[in-house]
Amino acid sequence: MLRALLFTLSVVAIAHAELCKPEAQNAFKVRISIKTALGDNAYAWDANEEYLFKAMVAFAMRRYSSKSTTQISNVLLCNVTDRVSFWFVVTDSSKNVTTVPGSEVEAAIRMNRNRINNAFLLSDKTLQFLKITSTLSPPVEPSTPVWLIVFGVVLCLIVAGIVFLVVSGIQKHKKKNKESTERENLEEKDEVTLENGIPCEALDLKAGHINGVFAADDERFTSL
Amino acid sequence: MAMEKSRPLWDNPLQFVFACISYAVGLGNVWRFPYLCQMYGGGGFLIPYLIMLIAEGMPLLYLELAVGQRMRQGSIGAWKIISPYLCGVGVASVVVSFFLSMYYNVINAWAFWYLFHSFQDPLPWATCPLNSNRTGYVEECEKTSSTQYFWYRQTLNISPSLEASGSVQWEQALCLTLAWLVVYLCILRGTASTGKVVYVTASLPYCVLIIYLIRGLTLHGAVNGLVYMFTPKLEQLSNPKTWISAATQIFFSLGLGFGSLIAFASYNEPSNNCQRHAIIVSLINSTTSIFASIVTFSIYGFKATFNYESCINKVILLLLNAFDLEEGSLTADNLNEMKDYLMTTYPQEYAQLAPQIKNCSLEAELDTAVQGTGLAFIVYSEAIKNMEVPQLYSVLYFFMLLMLGIGSMLGNTAAILTPLTDSKVIASRFPKEVISGVVCFMNCIIGLIFTMEAGNYWFDIFNDYAATLSLLLIVLVETIAVCYIYGIRRFEKDLYTMIGRKPNWNVAIPSMGCHTGAAGDQGLPRLCPGCDRAAGGSIHHVHTPGSTSDFYKEETEEGTSFNCCMKADSWTWEDLTLVTSDWALLEDSSNHYL
Repeated sequence: MLRALLFTLSVVAIAHAELCKPEAQNAFKVRISIKTALGDNAYAWDANEEYLFKAMVAFAMRRYSSKSTTQISNVLLCNVTDRVSFWFVVTDSSKNVTTVPGSEVEAAIRMNRNRINNAFLLSDKTLQFLKITSTLSPPVEPSTPVWLIVFGVVLCLIVAGIVFLVVSGIQKHKKKNKESTERENLEEKDEVTLENGIPCEALDLKAGHINGVFAADDERFTSL
Repeated sequence: MAMEKSRPLWDNPLQFVFACISYAVGLGNVWRFPYLCQMYGGGGFLIPYLIMLIAEGMPLLYLELAVGQRMRQGSIGAWKIISPYLCGVGVASVVVSFFLSMYYNVINAWAFWYLFHSFQDPLPWATCPLNSNRTGYVEECEKTSSTQYFWYRQTLNISPSLEASGSVQWEQALCLTLAWLVVYLCILRGTASTGKVVYVTASLPYCVLIIYLIRGLTLHGAVNGLVYMFTPKLEQLSNPKTWISAATQIFFSLGLGFGSLIAFASYNEPSNNCQRHAIIVSLINSTTSIFASIVTFSIYGFKATFNYESCINKVILLLLNAFDLEEGSLTADNLNEMKDYLMTTYPQEYAQLAPQIKNCSLEAELDTAVQGTGLAFIVYSEAIKNMEVPQLYSVLYFFMLLMLGIGSMLGNTAAILTPLTDSKVIASRFPKEVISGVVCFMNCIIGLIFTMEAGNYWFDIFNDYAATLSLLLIVLVETIAVCYIYGIRRFEKDLYTMIGRKPNWNVAIPSMGCHTGAAGDQGLPRLCPGCDRAAGGSIHHVHTPGSTSDFYKEETEEGTSFNCCMKADSWTWEDLTLVTSDWALLEDSSNHYL
């Protein structure tokens, strides 16, 4: 009995070793950089973390194929190094000796990449599945580009400034023209009445005092 | 009784100084001087630079300011006064200024573009854009860097060659239009508006430079750059190119020969002390160059150190991944020993990896000297994206570039507009605003060439050839004109009249020909026999609106005074005591105008 058990176990072990080895068919290499991601909060990679990893891969397979047949024992890990990197392969539960095709595993991992990353507090860069390219998230783009908005604001301010200056310049010009034409009109009436650049009509006659000696009578000539 | 418009003046001498500083301190101080410093011996380059400043920069600047202030006309009018055959020099200055303003404002357009794009998180040049199936980055961007991709592809959309012109980039065309509208706003009212704007454009760059100096010096690795810059390599002094570069840098940095300085000085009061201002402006210009290069080199040092450390980290990661070593076992310190160890332990795998392992060197990173738009828009933006709060520093930096560029543009447009507004033919028909508008509009339309896909090639052509040899020729003719044709003695006398004392040195590039030329001046008839000033006389300028001449009332130490009248177009002293017999009337008329 014991011998049979030992025999099955060794067969299984050898079969697993056959299935999971570097560069095996349908096997993927995983590289984890915990210290880079977490620095001082880094946890150590031990058997428990490996168990979690197997669980996550099984979860991904179940979600992808939506048949709950993949067990944790179907996920095989091997060649764990200090780097922390290892190979894994997913066996088919119905047929013990074969592995699930790589394309299925890849699709499953891609679909659930976010969940797997979060389980280990890592990111796409620090939990790398070599050969599985990750879909990069697109940057958030607003409907109108930001630069156009700022451009519009500045443009409006500048145009407002130009219009204000031009209009005030035109108004000043008009006022000056009106004043100078008024002065010209005033001067053109009677050239004689310009005294020291001041038209006589503009003088306030009330402020002046008429000298009686000179303007006593209207006679221009002395009477004979 | 038609009122003749008097020449507009700066509100105070400070506006004039700020205008000259704003014009002279431009992009060349930021992106050309650090490059020259790096190429020609670091700290040792300051020696030929300062020698050339004193021997060449200050005298020529003084010459231009004095000519403008004395003739009180733009470049065409000023040279016409000196000799009617010389108005070609003025026309040449205007043409060169026109070429410069065509392509210079494109830099302001680029600065606007980067400024508007700085209001995003993350900065658009920080990461490469994703490719179409979102599995990686755009291939073109992967091969170079994200900042270069942003500059060459998303800003310029550059075509492979000059012949493939491509189409006008509408985004750049919009920014160029905005840049010209800003310039138009500043020059719309002539000195009234320009005088206010130069307060901002002259002082703001210094605020930003100080902020950057503090930020730059506290950056990790800045010291490497500063040490690299200031270690003098004195053997470069024996290289003639060093001296030539120093001379040309001083020359172009001050903006001589464009006619802008003549234009600015023509709006001065005739009694303005242009000698002091020339010294101040040239010293501030050179000090700003040195100051800006300190900032640039701390940024260089930061960028070089960052790149060096990234390179080292990449090598470490490569080795860790290839040999599955534990994280943290390879550090920058033990990298070399570990490389030797791995080479001996796993020779085959190491040999396979060897082509990918780069030899990272800090010296090599610092040696990459960049000048021009490459420095301003690629190197600086790369450094900025790695700082904390990059949006703030980006906005500050590109705003500073904008202020520097607009300050220089004000000078360029003044050089074009002042002769146009001085000429009675044009100025009588159109108001100043219309002339400025037409000039800006024409420049904007022509400038659309530089917004095409091949525009950057055209820009390089203009930048290298439009204003180089022609300026040297113009300034040479200017100097010969003032020394020989006008007469150095006569010019000295005019300077004495304006600023009240003889100039400290002869206004000429060190050429003894000017002295011999002055000897020939003795033969010219003296226009005003009684006009030799007594030492220490003070001159009061009386400006009358509505007359074509300015009255000067001079009081000498002996208490006597006599009045002279200078006509605007001939600048001769006429001793009115000889003309009018009635001394009392003369006194009265002078008081009337005081």
